[in-house]
Amino acid sequence: MSKKVLFGLLTMMLVFALILVGCGEQDTPQAEEEAAAEEAPAEESVAGGFMIPEVVDGKFNIAMVLIGPHDDGGWSQAHYEGLMYVAENMDNVNTAYVELVPEGADSEQVTRSLARKGFDLIFTTSFGYMDATETVAEEFPDQMFIHVSGYKSNGSNFGNLMGAMEDMKYLAGVIAGARAHQDGQTKMGYMATFPIPEELRLGNAFALGMKEFCPECTMDVRWINTWHDPVIEKEAAASLFDSGAYVVFTGADTPAPADVATERGDVYGITYDWSGSCTAERCLTAPYWNWGSVYLQIAEGTRDGTYTAGWHYFDADSGGLGLYGFMEGQELTPGMQDLDPEVIAYVEETLAQMLAGEFDRFDVFAGPIMDNQGNIVVPEGEKMVQADLDQFPPGAEGLECTYCMYWWADGVTAELPE
Amino acid sequence: MTELSVKPGKKSFFPYRIGLEPRMAQVSSWLPASLSLGAVVVALMIGALILALGGGNPWATYAHIARASFGSLGVLSDTLVKATPLIFIGLACSLAFRMRMWNIGAEGQFYMGAFGASAIVLLPVLPAEAPRWQFLILMAISGMFFGAIWGSLPGLLKAKFNVNEVISTLMLNYIAIAFCNFFIFNVWSEGGFQMSPKFPKNSWLPRLTDYASTVPEFAGLTTHAGFILAVLAAVVVWFILHRSKWGYEIRLVGDNKRAAEYAGIRISRNIVFVMMLSGALAGLAGMSEISGVVHRFQGAISPGYGFTGIIVAWLAKLNPYAVIPVSILFGALILAGREIQPSGIPKMIQGIILVCLIASDFFLRYRVRIRKQVEA
Repeated sequence: MSKKVLFGLLTMMLVFALILVGCGEQDTPQAEEEAAAEEAPAEESVAGGFMIPEVVDGKFNIAMVLIGPHDDGGWSQAHYEGLMYVAENMDNVNTAYVELVPEGADSEQVTRSLARKGFDLIFTTSFGYMDATETVAEEFPDQMFIHVSGYKSNGSNFGNLMGAMEDMKYLAGVIAGARAHQDGQTKMGYMATFPIPEELRLGNAFALGMKEFCPECTMDVRWINTWHDPVIEKEAAASLFDSGAYVVFTGADTPAPADVATERGDVYGITYDWSGSCTAERCLTAPYWNWGSVYLQIAEGTRDGTYTAGWHYFDADSGGLGLYGFMEGQELTPGMQDLDPEVIAYVEETLAQMLAGEFDRFDVFAGPIMDNQGNIVVPEGEKMVQADLDQFPPGAEGLECTYCMYWWADGVTAELPE
Repeated sequence: MTELSVKPGKKSFFPYRIGLEPRMAQVSSWLPASLSLGAVVVALMIGALILALGGGNPWATYAHIARASFGSLGVLSDTLVKATPLIFIGLACSLAFRMRMWNIGAEGQFYMGAFGASAIVLLPVLPAEAPRWQFLILMAISGMFFGAIWGSLPGLLKAKFNVNEVISTLMLNYIAIAFCNFFIFNVWSEGGFQMSPKFPKNSWLPRLTDYASTVPEFAGLTTHAGFILAVLAAVVVWFILHRSKWGYEIRLVGDNKRAAEYAGIRISRNIVFVMMLSGALAGLAGMSEISGVVHRFQGAISPGYGFTGIIVAWLAKLNPYAVIPVSILFGALILAGREIQPSGIPKMIQGIILVCLIASDFFLRYRVRIRKQVEA
């Protein structure tokens, strides 16, 4: 008998479940659409919730295309938090993101799909999205497209955006060099992503900083050919430490150098991109992005019609860059606390000048600069110009360079990428 | 007769018991299709449960996904763009699988096809101002040629030394991608960036959007001629498999290798040729993607088409015509994957669909019998 009762109970549960499912279906499609759109931003904050990238009528709609996961602890998270900053600090705005979008054809489809939905402003945040963004911007002339880290613009609705991270990499180099010098060490390690001008520029800025307090220091380079690969990044950091590096810094997205350094216990790592990335015990510092204020400025300017798309390259005075341990509300990391006060003072002073707009990327790359072959790259009294910073010789069309970014600074023990 | 759920001799807990019988007779032709459909429905129900647990409205989400894949001309065009390489690769896999050659290497053959097509533009074999038809024909031939070479390697190894093709095709994927990366990073890199210069317009497969000046509705529609080529390829593969002597041999080898051997069919030769044609089809997918969508040689040109194509072939029950709708479904799924963020949930739904489809195969091979148990 009891079996029959149980069976009946199971049947009842099944029927109940079906009724529940049926109820869900009875909502009119119109109501659902609105509900989904309304719910989307709210669900963002709920753990385990999800979001549908869709526009909301009557609001200013902003979308973002990300190369990695929005919580990667690096590049993509920094952008995502910038977007969240805009969502919080701008009234009547709706934001959405699409993560893990591969560069190339896929990014074109995703960007076009966002544009078709009617997003007013679309940020595409990886180098390889450049041509895709350009193509889609041409098809949707009334919407604004901002591409981060490339070198193209159409002067009307397709703009380029990047910041002078070399400022912060230079200061990170100063700290790393001083740390090594004080501990009787001489080797640095650089996990570079791809052999592109940006990675040479950032590596060179670090090497120039390193030499300030550690003339005997050298820097080794490993090409990892990825922006985001937790496993490869850890392996590369370990390999640099194995070859004797005392401080390793990265051009890629995850905090791997600091994590591996903490595992080793007697070396240091420098993370990148995101202000929250420098939490490991052996993390020395982190040059990071603070996209929020820059994005807010662009979003408000786009809504007002005052922002002109072009080559928007911001320095530290925009508030878009940070150096972990030195910004407001931050404390020196354990690795910096016993550094020579002269070094800390130098960093603080230079940083203050940068934030005040008195020291910018062209000061980082001011002559005299020597390369690691003993040649003079930039003579005394000369400075690089923008095309020199982001182009290999001879430079893309319209961006021809004279000094160019195809050299390794004095102290780098690596060959140039072919 | 097998009894899976009930131990023999013991009385079941439930008043009914479920028995399984292997199907002996030929199944009716509607069964596989309706089972697949049922599996997708069941998978979507499970997915709905997960969406509800995730704190969302599953029905609104599904409605949104459907709109985002088929809801307008624009997204339908995107779906077809995604389906195009899947059709080619689904055909490549169907052909090889029909002979029980487990070609897991379509991804590598796809990359080699992309390389072959790019080489025509980048070497350059043709001057930039050459007419479009010359470009397209040479690119297609070169893409198929390189795909075929990449397919023939495991074919030869299998034919001569009986090397397991699952391993060799899989490993060759990584070699192909590394091979392409060498050219992307070193030989054809543009200004240090990991992509070749953009191809001249006359090496592009014509797209709907190219005719926007005459038909304004076509603006922004990226569906390209590769789709037509893919449909034609399906017809060709069907004719080869079902109307040619060679197709008969392929099917015979697949159904009963020993019988085929006794019938005097040269199995080694067939292995190499089938792998070559399979590779050529996957290579053509690479060519169509490069010339129709990407327009330059670069990495990350495939979100795993070579592997999704295996699923497509399997789901289409190796029927070349069925490959087309199944590819469109998977193209839609790839698109829909972008419609829910973060990206974990759509991937999970795709996974559930896959598992349900594989599980549904069970019902093709077994019949379920429910009988009332006699009360003691």
